[in-house]
Amino acid sequence: MAKSMLEDGSEIVRTRRRLWWLVAAILAGFALLLGRMYQLQVGEHERFRTLADDNRQAFVPIPPHRGQIFDARGEPLARNVRSYTLEIDPAQVKDLEGTIERLSALVRIEEGDRKRFLRQMRDQRGLGSIAIRQHLTDEEVARFVAWKFAFPGVEVQARLFREYPQGEATAHVVGYLGRINEQDLERLETEGLSGAYRGTDYIGKEGVEAAYERLLHGAPGWELLEVNAAGRAVRRLDRREAVSGKDLVLTIDAGLQRFALDAFAGRRGAFVALDPRDGSVIAMVSSPSFDPRLFLDGLTQADWERLALSEDRPLFNRALRGTYPPGSTFKPFMAMLGLASGKRQPGQRFDRQGMFEYSGVRLYDKKSNCQSGVDLHRALTFSCNVYFYTLGNELGIDAISAFMGKLGFGQRTGIDLPNEAPGVLPSREWKRQRFKKASQQQWFGGETLSTSIGQGYNAYTPLKMAHALSILVNGGVIRKPHVLAATLDPVTGERIPVAAEVSGFVKLDPAHVDAALRAMVDGARIGTSARAFAGAAYSVGGKTGTAQVFSLQGRKYDPDATDEDLRDHSWYIAFAPAEQPRIVAAILVENGGPGGKTAAPLMRQIFDYYFSSREGTGEGGGQ
Amino acid sequence: MKLMPWLAVLKPIGRPWDPPLIACVLLFFAGGQLVLMSASPERVDALWLHQILALMALLAAAQVPFRWWFRLALPLYLVGVLLLAAVLLFGDTAKGATRWLDLGLVRIQPSELMKLAAPLMLAWYFSLRRQSLAWWDHAVAFGLLAIPAALILKQPDLGTTILVVAAGGFVVFFAGLSWRLIVPFVLAVAIGVGALLAQGDRWCQPDVVWPMLHDYQKQRVCTLLDPERDPLGKGFHTIQAAIAIGSGGVWGKGWREGTQSQLSFVPERHTDFIFAVLAEEFGFFGAAALLAAYALLLLRGAWLAARSPTWAGMLVGGAVVGTTFIYAFVNVAMVSGMLPVVGVPLPFISYGGTALVTLATGLGLLLSTAARESPGSTLSGWRRVR
Repeated sequence: MAKSMLEDGSEIVRTRRRLWWLVAAILAGFALLLGRMYQLQVGEHERFRTLADDNRQAFVPIPPHRGQIFDARGEPLARNVRSYTLEIDPAQVKDLEGTIERLSALVRIEEGDRKRFLRQMRDQRGLGSIAIRQHLTDEEVARFVAWKFAFPGVEVQARLFREYPQGEATAHVVGYLGRINEQDLERLETEGLSGAYRGTDYIGKEGVEAAYERLLHGAPGWELLEVNAAGRAVRRLDRREAVSGKDLVLTIDAGLQRFALDAFAGRRGAFVALDPRDGSVIAMVSSPSFDPRLFLDGLTQADWERLALSEDRPLFNRALRGTYPPGSTFKPFMAMLGLASGKRQPGQRFDRQGMFEYSGVRLYDKKSNCQSGVDLHRALTFSCNVYFYTLGNELGIDAISAFMGKLGFGQRTGIDLPNEAPGVLPSREWKRQRFKKASQQQWFGGETLSTSIGQGYNAYTPLKMAHALSILVNGGVIRKPHVLAATLDPVTGERIPVAAEVSGFVKLDPAHVDAALRAMVDGARIGTSARAFAGAAYSVGGKTGTAQVFSLQGRKYDPDATDEDLRDHSWYIAFAPAEQPRIVAAILVENGGPGGKTAAPLMRQIFDYYFSSREGTGEGGGQ
Repeated sequence: MKLMPWLAVLKPIGRPWDPPLIACVLLFFAGGQLVLMSASPERVDALWLHQILALMALLAAAQVPFRWWFRLALPLYLVGVLLLAAVLLFGDTAKGATRWLDLGLVRIQPSELMKLAAPLMLAWYFSLRRQSLAWWDHAVAFGLLAIPAALILKQPDLGTTILVVAAGGFVVFFAGLSWRLIVPFVLAVAIGVGALLAQGDRWCQPDVVWPMLHDYQKQRVCTLLDPERDPLGKGFHTIQAAIAIGSGGVWGKGWREGTQSQLSFVPERHTDFIFAVLAEEFGFFGAAALLAAYALLLLRGAWLAARSPTWAGMLVGGAVVGTTFIYAFVNVAMVSGMLPVVGVPLPFISYGGTALVTLATGLGLLLSTAARESPGSTLSGWRRVR
């Protein structure tokens, strides 16, 4: 009985009781889970819904295609080329060193590549891949792709690169792109443009690339993507196409740029050519130049040292920002003032022009053509100093600075390129502000004399000198120089030309203008630049200039003995053809010596090229 | 049972069966199809096969008289232990764990077998010792359980270890383990968990090595304690699953509309984390319905176990119910961030043929234990003898 009790009783009963415990545990357990579900799905639902929404949508910017830049004849100055880059996402690669080491077995990775990679990784804003190698060959791409599985986080990407086919020849005008840096970012933010640059790595830093950044950049589009946890796009929800930047057609003649830069042959200097009829810049060359490609990914230390620390300062746009005393190229404008002021008549002759004495200081001019019978024409043709000393002395500094100010000296021309230097037009007021000591603030009469032959405090850019001459050629109409000829819509092909802008007018008597220009034509025919322009196939007018680097303070100037960096700057300004000028130009060669010896022959070379290259296009020059 | 006469087609020949339980299973199968069509549509075809196989296994296991199962207990256990040992020696390694044994034609996972063999073995042992049950019988039972548990833990497979230990533990519990032993054990576990919560930061330092557990298991526990510790890595699963469940809200985002699930934010979304998909797309009510269905199945199972004509049957049946509960509880708790991520599937729903067949076989075993022998069978004979 006891056994039977045991059989049907104690274990069975206990087990059944324990099964009830299980039932209780099941109910309790599920109640607990239900509570957890309630907590997550009802209590914290809002929070999790927000998290889920953030999870799945990503706006991915589509950077616009940057506009391309062409010269006046359609030659490309800046274009986009597709090229393969090998990129590493540092967030996905644990052992960067090792990965790069292994990669270098597949593709050539040089020390410079590594340095650039490390530099960009340091400067990187946000996440993303960084190129370890650019411009892979097809072979290298194929080799890497075959081994791609071994390199998680490393990808080959087809990227658009900015290319400057003209290289050094147009570097200063066209400028260059560089990576967007902190300052750019700050500026974009204050301009409210930071959104427009999402997905864009480069921005115009110099020249046209910087001046017309907004036109060139275009507007980015975006894709609204659903992404999974791995960050991979699963589905596109929405898309707005990017608007490509406008293509730009410049007034620049790339052929002339190339030729002019070559003609400088490495000498420091600048050449600016304007079309006086509309103010368009035909050429703007600063020598020596640089390779704009170097800036795309930031200068390497070596390049930086080579470019920035070089005494030749290749990065410096002399045409736009270099200011130099104009020397005798200032005389045509002084002559204009002489005529306009009535102090001089065109045929009025002066004798005893070999020496000018001013408060005991004697200034000589020993040129044989300048000794006697010097009228305005002769004074300009042969660049007679005493004629202009006398004139300047009679006019006084106030009249000079007032008239020259009207011609725009000491002011920016307003060209559509960044950071133009205004130059210095000396005046009493200027001197008062320029100097701190009262003794230095006073204007001296001697300074008026040096001002009137383009020396002293005078300092203008080559651009300004060409511009001033074009005002003269235009009979007083001031046209704003510009490098942009037209914008092209890359999609519709619509071409919007840039209208020539008249920015001012100086009242000049046409007869006076004619007198000055005729004297300059004779200057190239029989005067100071006669040798340089002997036998030219076109008619040309010009004026030489030889600008003192600094005051020799009574020492006799000897062009051969002086150290090169103390030698005079060589100027030449010219217009051609003489009857109806289509080109007005200024040339400066730093420490080039006398204008007639260095700058004028250079101008002859360039003009020869210009007119011969125009022959075929029916714009053939001259007589 | 005239409850669902149409289920009669499934009625096995000559054996009693239980329509509510089968109905629950079919309900889960339908639900599993639905959720998998959202989570991983390409696997639905395979799921059909798994479910048909599982149903056959269930019915076949139910067909086998419990006394046969009873006789198979010791051989199954021994074969299981041998196979587990073989796995450690010759097994295939996948994802850092050695769980599979390649027998040429088929690859088997002996730990799955142990989920049924272990409770059977213990029930067999307790039946054998029934007349003179002493305290040390429980110790022996724990010893019998410890051998396969240690072998499985060594693979390493924490999830299966927990399930095997749970299955055996339930048998020991139902066999009448004294509360005086249970209470201190539960307390010890509670203290351990409490200490872990309190000291987690210190113990989770990278240089601290935990006894018995692999580094990845330690990481899982540590991640549970603080999922934000490593949101891009180990805590990611937990965080994303919680976001999926929480963003589902009361009514869910709709079938196949769960962004977390559809966009692969939910890890292992067709297997261990399928509950997150369900909870995201069907919301609180979907999750509650699933839990209610489990409760229905388990309560019915417990009722069947309680009505088993044999004590051993009660023990095994109770263990099957208890283990299935552990499956469901651990899975939902881990997916919702209450337990560490251990490899425990959601019973009858998660994709995975082996687990499905094992679970179904367990239910078949439960049905077998609950069956009353027809008159004239040898039931009374073996029961009395034992």
